[in-house]
Amino acid sequence: MSAPAYNFAYLDEQTKRMIRRAILKAIAIPGYQVPFASREMPMPYGWGTGGVQVTAAILGPADVLKVIDQGSDDTTNAVSIRKFFAKTAGVRTTTRTSEATVIQTRHRIPETPLGEHQVLVYQVPIPEPLRFLEPRETETRQMHALADYGVMHVKLYEDIARHGHIATTYAYPVKVNGRYVTDPSPTPKFDNPKMDNSPALQLFGAGREKRIYAIPPYTAVVSLDFEDHPFERYRHDGSCALCGSAESFLDEVVIDDRGGRMFVCSDTDYCEGRRGVGEEGAP
Amino acid sequence: MIERDLEQPLLRAEGLSRWFGKQLGCRDVSFSLYPGEVIAVVGESGSGKTTLLQLLSAQLVPSRGRVRYCMRDGAMRDLASLGDAERRFLFRTDWGYVHQDPALGLRMSVSAGANVGERLMAIGWRHYGQIRHTAGDWLARVEIDGGRIDDAPYTYSGGMRQRLQIARNLVTRPRLVFMDEPTGGLDVSVQARLLDLLRGLVAELALAAVIVTHDLAVARLLSHRVIVMKDGEIVETGLTDQVLDDPHQPYTQLLVSSVLPP
Amino acid sequence: MYVAVKGGARAIENAHALLADVRRGDRSVAEVSLEQISQQLALAVDRVMAEGSLYDRELAALAIKQARGDLIEAIFLLRAFRTTCPRLGASAPFDTARMDVRRRISAIFKDLPGGQVLGPTFDYTHRLLDPGLAGEADVAAPPVAPNEGTPMRPVADLLAADGLIERPAASSADAAVGDLTREPLSFPAERDVRLQNLARGDEGFLLALGYSTQRGFGRTHPFAGEIRFGEVEVEFFAEEVGFAVPLGTVAVTECQMVNQFKGSATEAPRFTRGYGLAFGQSERKAMSMALVDRALRARELGEEAGAPAQDQEFVLSHSDNVQATGFVEHLKLPHYVDFQAELGLVRRMREEFALRDGADALRDAAE
Repeated sequence: MSAPAYNFAYLDEQTKRMIRRAILKAIAIPGYQVPFASREMPMPYGWGTGGVQVTAAILGPADVLKVIDQGSDDTTNAVSIRKFFAKTAGVRTTTRTSEATVIQTRHRIPETPLGEHQVLVYQVPIPEPLRFLEPRETETRQMHALADYGVMHVKLYEDIARHGHIATTYAYPVKVNGRYVTDPSPTPKFDNPKMDNSPALQLFGAGREKRIYAIPPYTAVVSLDFEDHPFERYRHDGSCALCGSAESFLDEVVIDDRGGRMFVCSDTDYCEGRRGVGEEGAP
Repeated sequence: MIERDLEQPLLRAEGLSRWFGKQLGCRDVSFSLYPGEVIAVVGESGSGKTTLLQLLSAQLVPSRGRVRYCMRDGAMRDLASLGDAERRFLFRTDWGYVHQDPALGLRMSVSAGANVGERLMAIGWRHYGQIRHTAGDWLARVEIDGGRIDDAPYTYSGGMRQRLQIARNLVTRPRLVFMDEPTGGLDVSVQARLLDLLRGLVAELALAAVIVTHDLAVARLLSHRVIVMKDGEIVETGLTDQVLDDPHQPYTQLLVSSVLPP
Repeated sequence: MYVAVKGGARAIENAHALLADVRRGDRSVAEVSLEQISQQLALAVDRVMAEGSLYDRELAALAIKQARGDLIEAIFLLRAFRTTCPRLGASAPFDTARMDVRRRISAIFKDLPGGQVLGPTFDYTHRLLDPGLAGEADVAAPPVAPNEGTPMRPVADLLAADGLIERPAASSADAAVGDLTREPLSFPAERDVRLQNLARGDEGFLLALGYSTQRGFGRTHPFAGEIRFGEVEVEFFAEEVGFAVPLGTVAVTECQMVNQFKGSATEAPRFTRGYGLAFGQSERKAMSMALVDRALRARELGEEAGAPAQDQEFVLSHSDNVQATGFVEHLKLPHYVDFQAELGLVRRMREEFALRDGADALRDAAE
């Protein structure tokens, strides 16, 4: 038997067109989850197939692609996806945020501010911000249609009553363009402010749940809160042990078996940039 | 006496009928309810009173007839013509519905404060302190100890749950409240306390209400008018005191006479 | 001095090489061939085709070999391949009444035209491990007899002729059939989409749900009206020539369940149906599918619908094992950033707790 020949970026043009139509609809209705006929991809559902389909649909031969997971280019999943596109699209890849035109990410937004020429593609496991409060899809669809978000604030109220703070630390729900409540994907709430009024186009792909949504450039994105318990940007106690940054999200690394720890930047490109090290081009 | 605007009932049932397959739910029910008026629908089980309540609150579609409701802008609307959005909005603001089993009308695992505050948050309140304060006020009004505001209703007694359900419904000052056997399942002494509370709140807030009950004492204490139902049809209707003191129909007489004296 | 870990790419390559090595195993042992898998592990191939939703025995065998025998992994491989196949159109519905039958049984009639044809089945074997299969052994040819060619009229048709069973819902020949691979599932889902979802659904999941209905979680009083297995013709209506062109045959298993009868004010009571269809000799799958299909029709038939097998959203959202395994196994992916966020909160709350505790202790001590 002969090996099948794959189209540029794996998906056939019909499929890409279908996905782009969904993306356009999503951009037209910021924060609204557009259903799409997600395809089985060569990596498992739950491992970024939504993000991969969005990236595959928008990638062109002149694009430069960066892929990160937990902020790093070198985690196994980021490597695997980057290789997939290198093989099926032959596009140039990079670890430098500033050089990329398309950045696919899982669970972090890069520290380096993004520009108008860039697209950020998020991998989303559960696109429905109301899902854990209301398991039924028929019900949550109605709630979005009627902007019936009372139950979301009930959850936040409960957190404050019980813990004194809002207890959501990642996938912190936001209101997009003053209309739809949206899940930013499991990025730490630390990253939420970066979504607001960003010059870049933000696209969200959920393959298994079959939804695409978008935040167009320069769109208002507000984290849900109460007037007297406003959204707080999370502050680490400390700075990066390698580059000294006190502004970036820090990973905690266990360094010995007595529980010794240190903190380093989660965004590896950002950290390397600050230290003046780092490789040219694709690792 | 109630001020009646004879031009504009709040709710009007016209020839309401409903069958379930071949089984009759209710037939040819017509009446008008005016703002601030309380009507009790009494009858034994199987009389059709619960079916009627569900028809009036747009939870069932009539097989014949219609229900019209006076919206806040003054327009009389056929409930069957309302869209989902409008119906849900009514339920959130203008209407209350008190279930016989309070667990159906509450979020059992969420705190009492959140239960009462939910409607406020749904209509746009965004100040935690104010929401909590208002919830606390309402707990006091329904005689629940303020210290229990952070407890979830599954830790409450039956009577407390029912009072919490009432608070949750009244916090947005609805104009019309539907109650399905509000004292059902409670001890006699707890019932008495609850009825007293309801009477006070209904009068204070000038609520209109439709109360379904098999208990004539509830009807007498709370309602201005009563509708007596049997086998899906209205048997007698009129001012509560008049009907209960001087029933005309044999069935009503039977009901009244079978009530044990207190 | 901590150095940020690099080398993820090389680690992955090494893992792939190791996988290829253990897949092959001891080089002195003969390598398994696709032909052996397709013939001697035929039921595994059938399952992979059914849930992979692609009829190709050779590819399914390859997938099983590549997946080292992990059938869900093989199903995933086949589905991913399916994505790359261009869509030419839809075939005409299979005419299972004209099936070239290899096995056909009915539990509701002792005998019927065409007979009870047992075919190759485990049903009456004693489940005793047979050491005779441990080595290579000669297997005698089975007894044969000429096929009398008695037409095997579907049992459902026999019942329908007497008006005893509901007729399939009337729909025009032109009515568009839903396609899950083109439109994502939305609720409430119609029966065509539900059946498509169940056809590619995980056999174990459907088996458990079907079993639950038999144990009281949504009883439907099922009887196996007919189970038939054999080859059916695949026909494709070609616009250019104006008639249906035969493309070949596929082996399928079809199950018609006869269930709890139902009447109404305007209709006399009749038996109701549950339907199952799967590629290959996949009896357990077809039967389970028919049980679940019937359970999902509860509301349409005016029944109380509170059991898990009757809950559309529950059943249809969780039946696809490719989706399910992806999401379950995705927990292996790094989650240390989200975990970090949680760590921060828990630590802060613990500090506050300790302060409160300390304040309480001071207060208690002072009193």
